[in-house]
Amino acid sequence: MTETAMTTAKSSKLNGFDLKTAGPAIALLILCVIGFLLNPAFLSEGNITNLLTRSAFIGIIAVGATFVITAGGIDLSVGSMAAVIAGVMIIVMNGAVDTFGTGLTTVLIGCGCSIILGLGAGLVNGLLTTKGKIEAFIVTLGTMGIYRSLVTYFADGGTLSLNYDIRGVYRPVYYESFLGLPIPVWVFIIVSIAGWFLMNRTAFGRYCTAIGSNESVAKYSAIKVDRVKTLTYVIQGLCVSLATIIYVPRLGSASSSTGVLWELEAIAAVIIGGTVLKGGYGRIGGTILGALILTTIGNILNFTDMISNYLNGTMQGLIIIIAVWLQRGDWGRKTSAD
Amino acid sequence: MKTFSKLGALATVATIALTGWANAENIKIGVSYPTPTHAWAAGMNWHAEKAEERLEALYPDVDLILVNSPDPSAQASALEDLVSVHQIDALVVLPFESEPLTDPVLNVKKSGALITVVDRGLSQPGIEDIYVAGNNPELGRVSAQYMKGRLKEGDNIVILRGIPTLIDNERFDAFMAEIEGSGINVLDHKHANWNRDDGFEVMQDFLSRFPDIDAVWAQDDDIAIGVVAALKQAGRDGNGMFVVGGAGMKETIKGIMDGNELVPVDVLYPPAMIATAMDVTVAAFKSNGPVAGRYILGATLITPENAASFYFPDSPF
Repeated sequence: MTETAMTTAKSSKLNGFDLKTAGPAIALLILCVIGFLLNPAFLSEGNITNLLTRSAFIGIIAVGATFVITAGGIDLSVGSMAAVIAGVMIIVMNGAVDTFGTGLTTVLIGCGCSIILGLGAGLVNGLLTTKGKIEAFIVTLGTMGIYRSLVTYFADGGTLSLNYDIRGVYRPVYYESFLGLPIPVWVFIIVSIAGWFLMNRTAFGRYCTAIGSNESVAKYSAIKVDRVKTLTYVIQGLCVSLATIIYVPRLGSASSSTGVLWELEAIAAVIIGGTVLKGGYGRIGGTILGALILTTIGNILNFTDMISNYLNGTMQGLIIIIAVWLQRGDWGRKTSAD
Repeated sequence: MKTFSKLGALATVATIALTGWANAENIKIGVSYPTPTHAWAAGMNWHAEKAEERLEALYPDVDLILVNSPDPSAQASALEDLVSVHQIDALVVLPFESEPLTDPVLNVKKSGALITVVDRGLSQPGIEDIYVAGNNPELGRVSAQYMKGRLKEGDNIVILRGIPTLIDNERFDAFMAEIEGSGINVLDHKHANWNRDDGFEVMQDFLSRFPDIDAVWAQDDDIAIGVVAALKQAGRDGNGMFVVGGAGMKETIKGIMDGNELVPVDVLYPPAMIATAMDVTVAAFKSNGPVAGRYILGATLITPENAASFYFPDSPF
């Protein structure tokens, strides 16, 4: 009796575990089937390329967010950070034209500036959280407001536009392909692999998980909690700056409406992917699928006129909740309850 | 005691000085609008400042006080200050939202000031003496007329709409009413939220979904920028394809002046309407003609011929 109960529990637990890891992949697959049934053009090469390229922004930012959330933190400032970095990049590149011309040097200066700003902004968030002992939610809520108003200020309320001559040099970073895949997708792939390696194959990744599970225990286990937590925000900042570097050449402009709600999309991607919001468990692979799911929902809604435009938000909300429920719900363990 | 009387004397002197200064400026007009957080509003701010300079130079006895507020309740407080501190004779107001600002504006009216409302109406009729606004249905109608002139029966268009609001509905409904019966097919319409990024992504999806699109109504210049980038990426910017935006962004108007074939025209919904409102309000004190009434600005079709008169290179919009 006890034996059978135990085996049932064991096997169902195994099933549940499988379903949990496969959840996001299944959800994405179902979405793709729906998309194809609605319109076969959904699976056309052009649309798939668009989808992947579009996912790159949120995906890259979400890889960084996975570290922050796994270590028990949260970063609400990423959307505003992307906007302000994009704005400063444009100002710096426009200003560098006089000295360095409209060539590659100017673009590289812009990219360098983006990376320095991203690392710096991440460091500020990290230090305020750890050394300043303020909750991450409040710190990043504050910096979110600061960055958003800074970009409005830099743009004088309007839009910052990149010099047309530099655009010609910079444009390929978004629009050109390498081995059949657009460059943003390559950046996404590289960031994902690096993130996966860091999370699953290094001491740093294990520290993040340990801190997210129980910060006090981690501290007593001689983990430099403050340093690791600060580093997660710096990684997040770096990811935002990389996303911005591939975002700016798309339309060559930044305004106060750039990157609005990206923070919530990134967090949603992370959670859909199976990472736990309160920390202690992180999955980079899931995050990538989460980002793809979010972009696919928007894409599919544009491919059909069956659903009223006003209900787009409802569909997105439903799919996010279902995707997470697929992994968390008790339905997988029904047998063990008997 | 001595200090008190000294202070009292100082205060009296200060009051006299202040009143004296106030008397030099006979007509005080408060101008209140939301803090610019997007390009269109930034353009409005710029035009308001230009109009202030121009009108104050023209009439030395007119003092225009520009105040912008970040939210409806701040705007309500700003209106109270304009009455109590500045004792304005007239108010030009672009309300943040109609409902919460109706009462504050009514209170200003009770102080005896002339009221000019810009762009967004109040929720009670009869408060304002002067009303100046753009014409949203006309913007849709003029855009549709241009489409009908360029396209023939059986041609296909897609529509990118703004943020789901009354303004967007008015533009869209008037466009659809005008296009009806012309034989032009509207393949689909999606919200692009008056935003470049959304314009780009929605247009990419339209291009994947519909192999044959002849023209795009983007309704707004920001959306149009995203649409143009998507068309160029897909290589579908030739063959007589064209995009109609709206508002009157300076880059778009420059493009029209330079003969851009992809965005050949624009339909005006000008942020400069605040300047019109300020002019009319000053005229209420200076002109011998009557000015009270409703001023609905035309949604002018901007073409290469008339573009120059709508081009403000120094404005942020």
